[in-house]
Amino acid sequence: MLSPNLIVRLRNPQLLWLFGGILGLLVIASVTGALLGRILRGDAARATIDNLNSRIRAWWIMSAIFALTMVVGQVGSLFLFALMSLLALREYITLTPTHRADHRTLLWTFFVVTPVQYYLIGIGWYGLFAILIPVAVFVLIPTHIALRGDTEHFLERAAEIQFGIMICVYCLSYAPALLMLKIPGFEGKSPQLLLFVVLIAQMSDVLKYTWGKLIGRHKIVPGVSPNKTWEGFVGGVLSATAIGAALWRFTPFGPWPAAGLSLVIALLGAAGGLVMSAIKRDAHVKDFGSLIEGHGGMLDRIDSICFAAPVFFHIVRYYYVP
Amino acid sequence: MSDIHPLAILIAACARGISGVQVTWVGCRPEEQQRIYFANHTSHLDFVVLWSALPPGVRSRTHPVAARDYWQGGVRAYLAKAVFRAVFVDRAAHSEQTGKESSFAAAHKVIDDLSAALGESDSLIIFPEGTRGSGEGVGPFRSGIYHLARKHPEVDLVPAYLENLSRILPKGELLPVPLLSRLTFGEPMRIHPAEAKEDFLARARTALESLRRKGQ
Repeated sequence: MLSPNLIVRLRNPQLLWLFGGILGLLVIASVTGALLGRILRGDAARATIDNLNSRIRAWWIMSAIFALTMVVGQVGSLFLFALMSLLALREYITLTPTHRADHRTLLWTFFVVTPVQYYLIGIGWYGLFAILIPVAVFVLIPTHIALRGDTEHFLERAAEIQFGIMICVYCLSYAPALLMLKIPGFEGKSPQLLLFVVLIAQMSDVLKYTWGKLIGRHKIVPGVSPNKTWEGFVGGVLSATAIGAALWRFTPFGPWPAAGLSLVIALLGAAGGLVMSAIKRDAHVKDFGSLIEGHGGMLDRIDSICFAAPVFFHIVRYYYVP
Repeated sequence: MSDIHPLAILIAACARGISGVQVTWVGCRPEEQQRIYFANHTSHLDFVVLWSALPPGVRSRTHPVAARDYWQGGVRAYLAKAVFRAVFVDRAAHSEQTGKESSFAAAHKVIDDLSAALGESDSLIIFPEGTRGSGEGVGPFRSGIYHLARKHPEVDLVPAYLENLSRILPKGELLPVPLLSRLTFGEPMRIHPAEAKEDFLARARTALESLRRKGQ
């Protein structure tokens, strides 16, 4: 239920190797990015390097936060992800046209639903944490809104709020929920699972971007997101799958399942990015908020995790937890 | 130069955190200069958020203009007077409906109070609509700002547009929902010599409305 003690966690060699490897890559990436930033000329090249450098900066922040949660354990991770949920929810609700009458419902959403969801993960009550939002909150939100009496755009408001809670709270909460999975032979190593998902999701994001810049030509949905190309998508997904497969020793899976799960993460990550782009387009915004420097907002960074984490969690739970 | 009340600093920090406000100075820079800031009014958060966006040196010498009938009694009076050093005005005195002598005298007193607060170097934050609006556009302006500008034609009037605060803490609610908001400071304006009241108020109102972001 609760995390094992600190000494055991820090002595975990696999986690240290994986994390050390990531730090090494970050250092190489930062140095390369800084050098290229000085050498490259021309607007397009500069724009690409600036984008990559801002991603690298965000990854340093994420790594620092992840290292911190390794020290503070599961409770720390839950606090961190709860905070991320609140920031994402804040951006999302700012964009959606809610009415004065929805104020109390939103108060419940921010200050009750979110903490309760993460609390349920903390105490390991899988049965309730998996259904609280999709079942209980789903029926209570429209009821609460209806009781306030404002029926103008009723269905839109109820649906938008529920969708926001699903994406920003429910789906994201599956990431720290990975820490509660008891996989035989993998005890005490669940932080590696979380690191694996976040790593593959972020890698597939940046690899899609990179491949797109290198060989991208055919746009997937120019009306929604002009930067997504088929070449970038295929290149990114395949390379992310390869990386995930190569890291199979850090997971409880063999190489082929690791590849399969990485493929799932990469595909869902792309789906998450696409859906958030569509939402932004509808709201005429380029980026959500301005929380992580240079990046757009919290939602922009976690959109791939939000779609990948729940599916990954359930697949792993179905096949690997007796 | 007077000190800022510690409660003011705390409340301002909380307001900034809750409102996630993104501040943009479009028409001028955040200088330590005597100014009259005028803004749209939709929420109790308006003054605190605007105040916290000003440079520290200016904050201790910037007074909100508060309605005496609302901000009296106990905690409210303490917050307005001691913590934020408000200047109180009688809202009814501004009324154009009554043409009586006493109402003119009261209106003069309001302007004199505001003048006194301005003094040599202090700034004011005014909400010319006179009351909290719904958040849709800017309501009609009361005439106080015109009379004040006539009396102090050399002081810059800076429009400041606040967006989304009415969704964070609407009129009548106690708890805020932490959303993101925006504050835009525009170009300073001054009253033209012999400018008519309606023209000036229309010009000021347009200056404020023009700061609203397009498409949002």
